Formats: sequence, structure tokens, C-alpha cells
Amino acid sequence: MSFTSWGGLPEQPQIKKTISWRDQLPGVFGDAGLVVGMGRSYGDVPLSINGIVASARGLDRLLGFDSSTGLLHCEAGVSLGEILAFALPRGWSLPVVPGTQFCTVGGATANDVHGKNHHARGTFGRHVKSLLLQRSSGEQLHCSSQANVDWFSATIGGLGLTGVILELEIQLSRVDGPWLDTETIKFGELDEFFSLSEESDSSHEYNVAWIDCLSRKSRGHFTRANHSAAADPVSAHGTLFSVPFAPPVSPVNRFTLKAFNSLYYHRQQVSRRSGRESLVAWNFPLDRLNQWNRLYGKRGFRQYQCVVPEPAIKDLLACIRQSGDGSFLAVLKMFGDLASPGLLSFPRPGTTLALDFPWRGADTLALFKRLDQIVAAANGAIYPAKDAHMSGEDFRRAYPAWEQLEQHRDPVLKSQFWQRVTGESG
Amino acid sequence: MKRAAIFGACSAIAVATARMLAEQGYTLLLAARAEERLQVLAQDLRSRGAADCELLSYDAESTPLDQQLADTVWASGLDFMLVAHGQLPDQAAVQDDPEATARELNVNAGSAIGLLALFAGRFESQGNGTVAVISSVAGDRGRQSNYVYGSAKAAVSTYTQGLRNRLSKSGVCVLTIKPGFVDSPMTAHLEKGFLWAQPDKVAADILGARQGSSGVVYTPWFWRYIMLIIKLIPERLFKKLSL
Repeated sequence: MSFTSWGGLPEQPQIKKTISWRDQLPGVFGDAGLVVGMGRSYGDVPLSINGIVASARGLDRLLGFDSSTGLLHCEAGVSLGEILAFALPRGWSLPVVPGTQFCTVGGATANDVHGKNHHARGTFGRHVKSLLLQRSSGEQLHCSSQANVDWFSATIGGLGLTGVILELEIQLSRVDGPWLDTETIKFGELDEFFSLSEESDSSHEYNVAWIDCLSRKSRGHFTRANHSAAADPVSAHGTLFSVPFAPPVSPVNRFTLKAFNSLYYHRQQVSRRSGRESLVAWNFPLDRLNQWNRLYGKRGFRQYQCVVPEPAIKDLLACIRQSGDGSFLAVLKMFGDLASPGLLSFPRPGTTLALDFPWRGADTLALFKRLDQIVAAANGAIYPAKDAHMSGEDFRRAYPAWEQLEQHRDPVLKSQFWQRVTGESG
Repeated sequence: MKRAAIFGACSAIAVATARMLAEQGYTLLLAARAEERLQVLAQDLRSRGAADCELLSYDAESTPLDQQLADTVWASGLDFMLVAHGQLPDQAAVQDDPEATARELNVNAGSAIGLLALFAGRFESQGNGTVAVISSVAGDRGRQSNYVYGSAKAAVSTYTQGLRNRLSKSGVCVLTIKPGFVDSPMTAHLEKGFLWAQPDKVAADILGARQGSSGVVYTPWFWRYIMLIIKLIPERLFKKLSL
């Protein structure tokens, strides 16, 4: 099968093979240059340098669940959505989920993903208790905070380069039910976002904001949520709509964006609105729009996500506004100070800004380079899972432990991302 | 306590069906070739709520269909039996090779029919239960690109049709399952389009069809109409097509 990353890279799709059972692994090493999950990374992190990837999505068996402690043992290809479907009716949930449930637990670990509750729970990797790593040499390593500790921290956030994760143990968290009590607050300018964030970090499990990045004062919606005590079951979450193909001309452009953003901002009339939403629907709104990445047309889009200290956010937003290039999905979130467990984990104290830009070639790239300068000056970092452009220099500054990861890299696994950001140093 | 037997238990459709039965607390007898795979699968099903998993090493090409096998599988009775093993041959590689063709017919038809012959009488005297057999839309009409597999599935479809006719008198439900394109390891090498279904969908259709249906389950449902059109094309025209 053909394979492209979520952002539609590369132009010539790669070949995807599938792994459904462990006995197929020996044939994979030396053939595929990288093992991936569901391909939800945006840039070139899931692309191999030999053009062949193998998806471990088929390793999707649960291996055991202790309903008294919430420790889940499973293979690495199980998706987060499948875990939630299994765990929520049993009174347990994943402590950390990213913006999609369509990623594997192995992929979530390899990118040490974060969620809207980073301030309360830290990254996904903090809840991985152990993992079994298969090396191309045939060696299997049981890794945890007690055994093979260096391999454990290299593999969490290790971008799939240390070997193939076969199994993991994940500590689930107790919940009363599948519901969240949610509240959405309109704010008129950026400073309000920061004060709402600080105020809510101690009172709410989940905090995130959408901002209208084309508005002068960066108005937006701040949403926060806590687990609800309601325990009634949720009816199945269907797909609302499937985007069947990428239109030749994207409906998302600088003219429609301004209108979209304005409409979106004003869709909520009152300044505060409370409600109850299912954990799945609230955390994964875009999952209901199947293949939403195609909305950006044949030329596709690029995501820019970075983390910087608070003052630099203003500079980044000003730079974007000046460019006139907009983003519909502009998300702001303050990270907490819980340490990330991986050598190359992205989350660190500061504020993270994530934006999708319709890809306009050199113009978009020029904007990214200006943003990179602001990020570098603020000693921030760009998120590898979303990236297709950052320079090797920026990467090595923000991820100084990269050489340790290189030492733990399996010799037959290498991504285009890794080649790009480490290549220049020889 | 409900008990089900699944042959070809590691196939994608079988796994999806077994998971749904596990959620309902079934005891599952899982029969397949690869024991290591069976053990991992059993762990999965136990985690999901299966009361118990019994594992049986079964090879469609070599396991004798004798009374010992029948006794092991049947034990004290079965509420549900799924025959799901099969393989999709490379038509071009087998079509001019009589031995390979015969082997494919045996794996995809002979062995499945043998299992049905082994258990038909037991279901008949038990007087209840469901027997589901995975056939295929490929069995509805022979096409040059896939007629070795297609003719084997046609045999399965016709055999189960007759068996349904016989066992309906004793309250046993016989289901002929005709999936279209299913996204599974068997088809991993093919590009997927909008007609493709996930194994979960097929499994839900299998278990949903157990009460009061005609017994022929096209899954997803639209394949009934696609195949109707394909079956309606006159043979003198059809033979000239390259399907």
C-alpha cells in the first residue's frame, strides 16, 4: 500500500507493509527502513529513507488488564481509541490523550505526546510503566524506570528509532464515567488567555484555547473541563462527514479564513457557556471529520507547533498577522512543569502554539523561517511530530540529547526527519 | 455459559468476531495453525472478558477431521461456530497448475465443508445454535482474475445453502457470509478505496444476522446490489469482459 504522512508528505508516496503478528518481524528488518503506527505524524518523522515503512498497527492485542490497579498491558499497535472504548465502560481512562484517538499507543509513546491536561498529568510517556523493545539484532529489551533505564528514556519520545516497540504497560486513571463537565469562555485579548490559564490550572484537569490568529488582539475561546461524576453510557461516536478526496483548489485560503475565524469566534453569543460533553467528543473534535487533512486541497498544509516562554507568543502572533497567512486551527496551551520522561520529549515549561497553514510553498516557508528565529531567540523548541522544515541547527539546540538518541538508534531504522536534522553535522 | 468455536481464529474477521463474543463473556475454542499467535490472541480475548479460551492446533491441509477432533471441539455443545479460515491465492500463479489449484480448492472449500460435515449432525440433534461460514462475493460469479478462489467460495455458498435448508428444520441457523473487500492482512498488499470495509463491520454483521435473516449475509450490505448487477450481466457479454 502507499503511505504518506498526515501532512501529505512526500510527493511520491512511500510503500507501506503491514505487521500483524510478531513472527513477521524478522522479515521486516532490513526491508522497511522504519516502523510506524497509524501515520498521524504530520511531517517526515514517519517517512523512511529507503521509501519503505512497515506499520505495526496490526499488533493490536490486549495482553492483560488489572481492573483493581488499572494497569493495562497491550501490544504497541492498539489505538488510543480502542483503549478508551475498552477502558471507559470499566471505569478507567487514558490519563493523557493527544488531539486524535487515531494513533497507536506505540506512536503516542515514540512521540511522547501531550494533551490538554499537560499541566496536571504531564506527557503520555509518564504513564508508560514499561515497554518491550525489539532490536534488529534479535535482542529484546524489557525497559522501565528500573531496568534498561537508558533505553527506556531513549525510546519514549525516541521517534521510533531505537527499535520496534512490541508491548507496553500503561497506567490508566480512574474515572466515574465517560463525561466531562466543560466550560467555554470568550476572551478578547491574549493577556486574558494567560490569566484564565493560570487561574484554571489548579481548578481544571483540561485547559486549552482556540485563538483567532488574524484578529489584532488575538481574541479566542478558552475551554476547560473536569471529569464529570455522571456515569451514564455514551452512545457511539460516529463520523460526521468524510472528506472523499482533496479538492484541486483548497477552500481554505486567506480570504475564507478571516470569515471562518470571525464566525467561529462569534458562534458563542454569551461570554461563558457550560455543558457536559463526552470525553471522546471533547478531546477529539476533528476525528469526527474523517480525513480532514484533505480539506487543504492538493497542495496540502503544514503544521507549525512550538513551545516558547510567554512573551514570545505575542511576537509569534504578530509575525503571523503581518504575513496575512492565517490558520484556522490555532491552539494555545500552557504546559506545566511536570518533567517529560523522554530524551527527546517536546513538552517543557512554557506556552505551546499550534497552527495549520495552507501550504503556499516558498511563502509559507519564509514565514516559518521568521517564526523559527523568534523561537530560537526565546530558546524555545519545535515539535518533531508536526515538523517538516526545522533546521538541523535549531533541532540540535532545542534537543541537546539527540546524540544520546543516535547512540541508541537501531542501525536499520532511520527516518527522513532524523536524516534531515542530524545529517548536516556529518 | 455460552460457548463458541472459531476455525481460522487468527484471521482478521475471526478476531473481530471473537472480540465481540468475548465482551459477551463467551467461552471460546480457538483453532488455527500458529500456536504462538493463538496464545497472544487468547490473552487479548481473556482481557476483554472471555470466560475461557481453549486453544486447538488446526491446519486446514493436514488436521484429520475425525471423531477425536469433533469431541474436543464439541465438548458439551456449541452455541456458535465460525469457519473463517481461507487464503487468497495469486490467480496467475495457480491457474495453470493442477496441484496448486486443487490445494487452493481444498484449503478454501474442501476443508471448510469437511468441518461442516463433521458437526452438522451434532448441531441437528442439539436443536439450536448458529453455524457461520465465511464465503465471499467472489463466489457469486467466476471472473478471470479470481476464479480459483471464486469457485471454492461458490462451493462453500452452495453447500451452506443446502445445509441451511436441512438444519432449519431443527432450529439451527446456518449463515453464508459474503464479505466484499475487507481491509485485513489477506489483502494488505492492495490499495484500499471507498468500497473497503473494516473487519469490525463484517463481525458486527455476522453476529447481527443470527436471528431471523435469510441466512445469506452480504457485508457491507451494498454488496448484495453490486453482485446482483454483476450476476445479471448476460454470460455472452460477461465472457468478453476483463473482470
